[in-house]
Order: sequence, then structure tokens, then C-alpha cells
Amino acid sequence: MRRTRGQRLITYLGLSVGLLLVVGPFLWAGLSSVKPEAEIRRDPPTFWPETFTLDNYTELLHRVHLGQAFVNSVSVALVIVAGNLLFCSMVGYGFAKLRFRGRDAVFGLVLVQMAVPAIVLMIPQFVLIAKLGMVNTFLGIILPGLITPLGVFMMRQFIAELPDELIHAARVDGAGEFRIFARIVLPLCKPAMATLGLITFLGAWNNFLWPAVVAQSEDVYTLPVALNILNGHEGTHYNLLVAGAMIVVAPILVLFVFLQRFFIQGISTSGLK
Amino acid sequence: MGLLRRGGLGWVFVLPFILMFVVFYLGPLLAGLGMSFTDMRSTDVADPLAVDLVGVENYIRLAGDEAMREAAVNTAIFVVTGLPLTIGLGLAAAVTLNSGIARLPAAFFRLGYYLPHITSIIGVAVAWKFLLEPEAGLVNRLLELVGLQGPAWLQEQATALPSIIVMTAWRSFGFDMVVFLAALQGIPRELYEAGEVDGAGRWARFRSITLPQLRPVILFCTVYSSVGFLQFLEEPLIMTGGGPLNSTLSASLAIFKQFGVGNYGYAGAAATVLFTVIIALAVLQLRIGRAR
Repeated sequence: MRRTRGQRLITYLGLSVGLLLVVGPFLWAGLSSVKPEAEIRRDPPTFWPETFTLDNYTELLHRVHLGQAFVNSVSVALVIVAGNLLFCSMVGYGFAKLRFRGRDAVFGLVLVQMAVPAIVLMIPQFVLIAKLGMVNTFLGIILPGLITPLGVFMMRQFIAELPDELIHAARVDGAGEFRIFARIVLPLCKPAMATLGLITFLGAWNNFLWPAVVAQSEDVYTLPVALNILNGHEGTHYNLLVAGAMIVVAPILVLFVFLQRFFIQGISTSGLK
Repeated sequence: MGLLRRGGLGWVFVLPFILMFVVFYLGPLLAGLGMSFTDMRSTDVADPLAVDLVGVENYIRLAGDEAMREAAVNTAIFVVTGLPLTIGLGLAAAVTLNSGIARLPAAFFRLGYYLPHITSIIGVAVAWKFLLEPEAGLVNRLLELVGLQGPAWLQEQATALPSIIVMTAWRSFGFDMVVFLAALQGIPRELYEAGEVDGAGRWARFRSITLPQLRPVILFCTVYSSVGFLQFLEEPLIMTGGGPLNSTLSASLAIFKQFGVGNYGYAGAAATVLFTVIIALAVLQLRIGRAR
């Protein structure tokens, strides 16, 4: 598949135009977020900010309390990550290396769970959370996401690949299963856990609908929920909106650029996002 | 194997999952199904067992609901146009990136194309609302430069749903691209070399080698995206609220709105129908895809 120089040039040109179209909306939002509102509305528009300002960001922090939402989002995501790392590796070990009656049938449930649409579960889950008195609490936001079926599936696949001999040797030495899990399996799981942690963080950070249903006051809002409220109230103040969008998107962009290896691994090990 | 059969211990390890599954998935799934045969409303949450059974009344009402019908049509349009667009873009990007481009630039482009897929829907929706804003938006300002008057994209019935479809394809194609890239690398080079010897041009090679070899992953992407696209909700919820005049109301959004006004039983019935359609379509696609 050798190509002439001309063909190659056209290929790169096409790819670059595509990239501009894909990254353009973020780039434009980012540039606009540091312009004053008047400059955003100017015709013809300025590309590079003529007046550089961080006022949009400070206004978000002070007036809309986006700082609180940021802290909430980080905390919620970290708890969900910790829960998934612990429980999914534990459950994954059970499915991969321990034999018990009904194991394969129960593992089938993991796959079933992945296929159920969110909207089907949302209303009865909300009723449940309401009965438990967890509406408008962090616990209500966190609890249903503490063990994700995708995480169980990923960890089970990874642990199944670990050599049985290691575990047998430890059993012969008289180590209990919990000790084997904590001392031998967990340390070997580090690469899979890095990927799982990243994917779970991403899912929890971006999650919008469930937190929007559970959280009902400012002190419990996560970032996407707070930004959606802002979108409803200040729908035309695009200087504030794009700055808010950057606060939601930027941490993920940074993570992605530095850790992209793990993202791509996540897709290839699980076949899912 | 079988050196030590610690049967009970296996259950202990998977217990967290089982608890989770029963409490947050199986229970709600069955409760939702049961709910759909009752007149449950938000006010009944305090005592959910005191609701009245109404049989299939919710389902009958559903069949005659004009908004639900519009939502079903919009969802069908969204899937039928959005799906080929997304898969086509993903395939085009993957094939181009796999056509002998140097490693580093290929990784760079792949990174960029994948980016929208992992960013928050609310961030993306806000950025696109800003782009499509009738006056200050970049799209219409650029159209102005070439002497065209762009519409109010998200406020007009004719353009609102197409705008959301394009945005969704833009956001989703990177995932398909990564899946296709992995599959492309598994196609034996000899096939292409043989094709070249036989005098097949690039297009002929794409059609008779690449496409048939990619069939299983195309099927995977089709089923996976159909399941996701049939549930689209957040895009119209954030960008248009389902308007103008229900032109962007999706099935999931219609259910969400019924939930919002407290009609839990009715929403449950609609959700059950949607779930059935999703499963049926996935099974059908897998059947057709495997049969050929």
C-alpha cells in the first residue's frame, strides 16, 4: 500500500480538517471562556481574546458556587472509584479463581445487568432511594454506582489470566483465601486497576442524569447538575456557560492526554467504554 | 484444581455483587414492571403498596398518546440516521488512520478523534448550543462570511433534531473508530497483497477485503450503538427540552418527563415498552448479522 507524496498530503489534509472539526467546539468554548461577554457577542467575532479576563470563572465560583459543586464532584467520584476498585477486584477474584455451585449462572447476571437501560431502572431506583431516606444525599448518588457490572467483568477477565500455580502454591503454604487475595492477587492487579479506576472516575465525573434526579439542593449538586441549573437560569449568558463547560471538561482532558494508554487499554480489554 | 474446594468462600467473595444486583437492579426492574400495571404517582412513594391495580390501562393509554407517538417517531429517525452516520465516520477515520500513516501522527489524530466520546454531555451540549446560537454563534457567523443566513438551529422544528443527530455522531464516532482500528490491524496483510497482485484497485480492495473482514465488529458497533441511541435523552433534555413543539422529544425524554410530573405507573409502562423494543431490535440485528 505504497502511496505517492501527493496522496499522502491529501490524507494528512483530510485528517487535519477532521481534527479541527472534532476539537474545534472545545477550542472555541475555551477561547470564549476568557473573553468578556461583550467581546463574545461582537460581529465579526474575534478568534484570539482581545481582552483576556478570568472574570467569568471568578463569577462562577462566587455567585453560582461552582466551587462547592467541584468539590462534591471530586468527592463523589473518588468514593465511587474506591468502591469499585475494592469490590470489583474482590468479586472478580471470586468469579475467576474460586469454584462454587452456580458460579457461571451468577456471572451471567453481570452481563444481564449491563444490558438494562438506565431509564427503565431510574424510577424504581428513585423510589427505593426515597424509601431509604437518601434523596438529596451523597449516599443516594453514590450507592447504585459502587459496584459496576463493567468493572466486575473487567477484573474477572484480568484475574482469570493470572497463573493458577501462584494461588495453589499459596494454598499449599496454608494461606487463607482472603490473605491470598490481599497479598498475591491484588498486587498483580495494579495495571487492570489503573484502567478500571480511570474508567470509573470518568463515568462518575460525567454522570449527569442520576445525580440530577437525586440532588435537589445546591450543597449536594455535582458539577454537571450545577452546570445544567446554570444552563436553565442563565441560558443566554454564554460567557458563564462556556466557562462552566470548561470546568467540567478540562480535568478529563488533562487526565486523557496524560493517561491515554489506559483509556485505549480499557476499550480493548472490555470491548466497551 | 479442586485441591481445596472452598465452596462457601466463593459466595462470600461475590456477595457484594449479588447484594447490589438484587437491591439496585433486580428489585427495581421487577418493581418497575409491577408499577406499570398500577396507577402509582409520586405521592404514593410513602406507601407504595397502597396503589390500585389498573391492569393494562397504562399500556392502552400509551397507544393513544400523541406525544409518545411523536417521541417514538423522533427516536426512530434518530437511530436510523444517526447510526449509519456514526459508523460511517468511525470507519472512514479508522481506514484513513490505517492507510500507512506514520505511528506518531496516527496516535495523535486518534487521540483527538476519541476526545468528544469521553467528555461530559453537559459540557459538550453547552459548547454546541453556543456554536449554534442564532446570532453570536460561530456557525452562523461563518455562514454570514459567505453570504448565507443560517437558521436558529435549535429553535426551529426543521433543524433542531438534525442538529442533535450531527452532534451525537460527532461525539460517538471516536469509539467506533477505536474498535475498527483494532480489527483492521487483525486483517492479514497477505489478503491485500494478493488483491494487489490480482490488480484490484483501492476501492475494490476496501469493498472485497476490508468490509467483509470487518463484518463482526460492524455488527458489534451496530448493536451497541442501537442500544445506546434508542435511549438518547440527555442531549435534547439539555439543549432543547424536547422542543420546539416536541420535535426533539425522544422516547426516554418523554418517559423522564412523565416521571417529572409524577406519573410513575404510566412512565413505568412506557419504559417497559422501550426496554422490550431495545431487546427485540438487538436480537433481530444479531440474527440478521449472523445469518448472512
